[in-house]
Amino acid sequence: MPQTELSRESRAAAPPRTSAFFGFIAFAALIAAQVFSILTSPAEADMGHLQKIMYVHVPAAWMAFISFFVVLVFSVRYLWKKRENDDLLAASAAEVGATFTGLTLMLGMIWGRPAWGVWWVWDARLTSTLVLFLIFVGYLALRAFVDDAEQRARWSAAVGAIGAINVPIVYMSVKWWRTLHQPQSSPSTLDPAYTMGLRLNAIALLLVTIYFIRKRYEIARLERAVEHLAEAAAMGGK
Amino acid sequence: MSWEDDWRRVRAIAKKDLTTELRAKAGFNGVASLAVTILILLGLALGPDADALRNAAVGAVWLATLFSGVLAFNRSFQVELESGALEPLLLYPGPRWTIFAGKLLANLIFVSLMVAIVTVAGIVLFGIAIPPRWPTILLVIALGVAGLVVLGTFYASMASRSRAREVLLPLLLFPMLVPVLLAATTASKALLGADLMHEAGAWTRLLIGYDLVFLIATFIAFEHVIED
Amino acid sequence: MYNGRPDQAIDARGLGKRFGIRWVLRGVTFGVGRGEAAALLGPNGSGKSTVLRILGTLRRPNAGTASVNGLDIVDEAASVRGQIGYLAHAPGLYDDLTARENLLFAADMLGLPHASVDVNLSRVGLGEVASSRVRGFSAGMQRRLALARLIMRSPSVLLLDEPYANLDEDGVELMNSVIRDVIAAGGAALLALHELAPARGILDRTLTLNEGRIATGNSERAGTNASLAQV
Repeated sequence: MPQTELSRESRAAAPPRTSAFFGFIAFAALIAAQVFSILTSPAEADMGHLQKIMYVHVPAAWMAFISFFVVLVFSVRYLWKKRENDDLLAASAAEVGATFTGLTLMLGMIWGRPAWGVWWVWDARLTSTLVLFLIFVGYLALRAFVDDAEQRARWSAAVGAIGAINVPIVYMSVKWWRTLHQPQSSPSTLDPAYTMGLRLNAIALLLVTIYFIRKRYEIARLERAVEHLAEAAAMGGK
Repeated sequence: MSWEDDWRRVRAIAKKDLTTELRAKAGFNGVASLAVTILILLGLALGPDADALRNAAVGAVWLATLFSGVLAFNRSFQVELESGALEPLLLYPGPRWTIFAGKLLANLIFVSLMVAIVTVAGIVLFGIAIPPRWPTILLVIALGVAGLVVLGTFYASMASRSRAREVLLPLLLFPMLVPVLLAATTASKALLGADLMHEAGAWTRLLIGYDLVFLIATFIAFEHVIED
Repeated sequence: MYNGRPDQAIDARGLGKRFGIRWVLRGVTFGVGRGEAAALLGPNGSGKSTVLRILGTLRRPNAGTASVNGLDIVDEAASVRGQIGYLAHAPGLYDDLTARENLLFAADMLGLPHASVDVNLSRVGLGEVASSRVRGFSAGMQRRLALARLIMRSPSVLLLDEPYANLDEDGVELMNSVIRDVIAAGGAALLALHELAPARGILDRTLTLNEGRIATGNSERAGTNASLAQV
């Protein structure tokens, strides 16, 4: 007898196994990139070695963007195809993205304190990142407050897609808000000496991000597999 | 199902929402009173220096609008949940977007009325002089209200049915409204002055784009979220 | 693709539904033929309302399929909605509108002329209070108004959740007359009940929902089955 889309399809595929070797490579790459950048780049004119915090801060911000893009793609895909795995992947990307956004903000503040003398300035990029963080948090809060799996998937997909659409608009509006009034004060005007380090760190952090998302997704799939076993027991047994 | 049928449904829902809200004891009066109260509290917290108040006026009016708007949006779905009226509503024939459109229309009227009251109160309490370009400010306010109502109604359709509706709606809505808040306040402030940098035009275009994008996106998404 | 029995008014196959980790329905299978009125019995919390909601396209099942008049409840939900009359346990009315305004709203949503409203109000005995707000209505009056709204849809399949709750004798007779009319026209009715007494005389069968399944061997004629009291 035909089952509904939800249970039939996700039951068929086994949960993915994320290779521990891949994780090892990713972290090794990150460490290598960090060491390379710290040792080979010169001290910055004003900031000294503090500038090197951007080797994590900037790629972390990029990873947050990428995560949000993944959320967008799989949210739209879920609304289109109603495949549960798409929702689980979007949610995993959102968690990882929220973490990276938080990291970006923390590092920005840690850089800012010695650089500007205050913990926070309403600088365009930092402010936009804060709003992005709140949008992620809203998505995760919604998931926490909805119990029914199918409803949670539908609602998060709608909220995730619409939230993601807003990201460029937020960045644009905050930038206008700042630049039309005061000159920009940002962590870096990029000296070519730093670019190589940034690129390497970005690639390494991308590997780490992929590893995190995959791992999180694997856990989500395992949880669902357990629920499917319970379903089979409930439906089949007496 | 024809456009006439759909439009009739939209009108019926809007009329029903407005009627129930106007008759409910704590309805419009409550929300409008709350908005003005918030404005007064902001005046007390930011004043009493006249210049400080004048500078804070635009922001204060928008914040009062935002916080009371949240109340209005949750209430627009509350009316369906109180007596279990959402189920019969979902069982009527016709496309689901008519439900969204009807509630949007009702909320637009409702929130516009509220904003009018709050703006007048703001002008009085915060000592704003009405500038020559006030029609443009009205346009900016209208566009801002539109964006607020579209997203507010959309998120309320979910938040009102979740476990923590008072917290969830602002949490979802406010970060999304950042572009509206920035555009409306910055453009209004510029227009209250001389708008030396001609920024009002750019912000207005941003608001129009924002409203269109999210009007379309929420219409498409509503169908997926309204079911239980 | 669903390949059920289109000749059945209601055909449920292995319906499963869970709330959180609790499986309320665990394989509900039954059918109600055209011209039949069936009762769905079961203790509180057994999932009777859930079965009705699923058949009424208000909830999606986690497992299994069902059809109403041969139309799949998931794939052809919009068509199903046009044929059913669902009466929930909650009245689902707007308290701050009058009885007439509630039905006028329903008429607008259904595409019916406004003239039909007063006719239906009289039919359910609410003609006198048509201009009174529902907030002041008793539970029985609210149920009658909900019934009037249901009649306006001219349904062929009735899904009634505790239809006799809060009704006096006249109300019960009114409800039964509506059910009889639908059955006589070749429709069907499924009533979720916790006691059979008010429905005596109109039921053809009873089904018992127990532990998420339809207990077997319960198609006795209502009125001859004394053991239902034990459920």
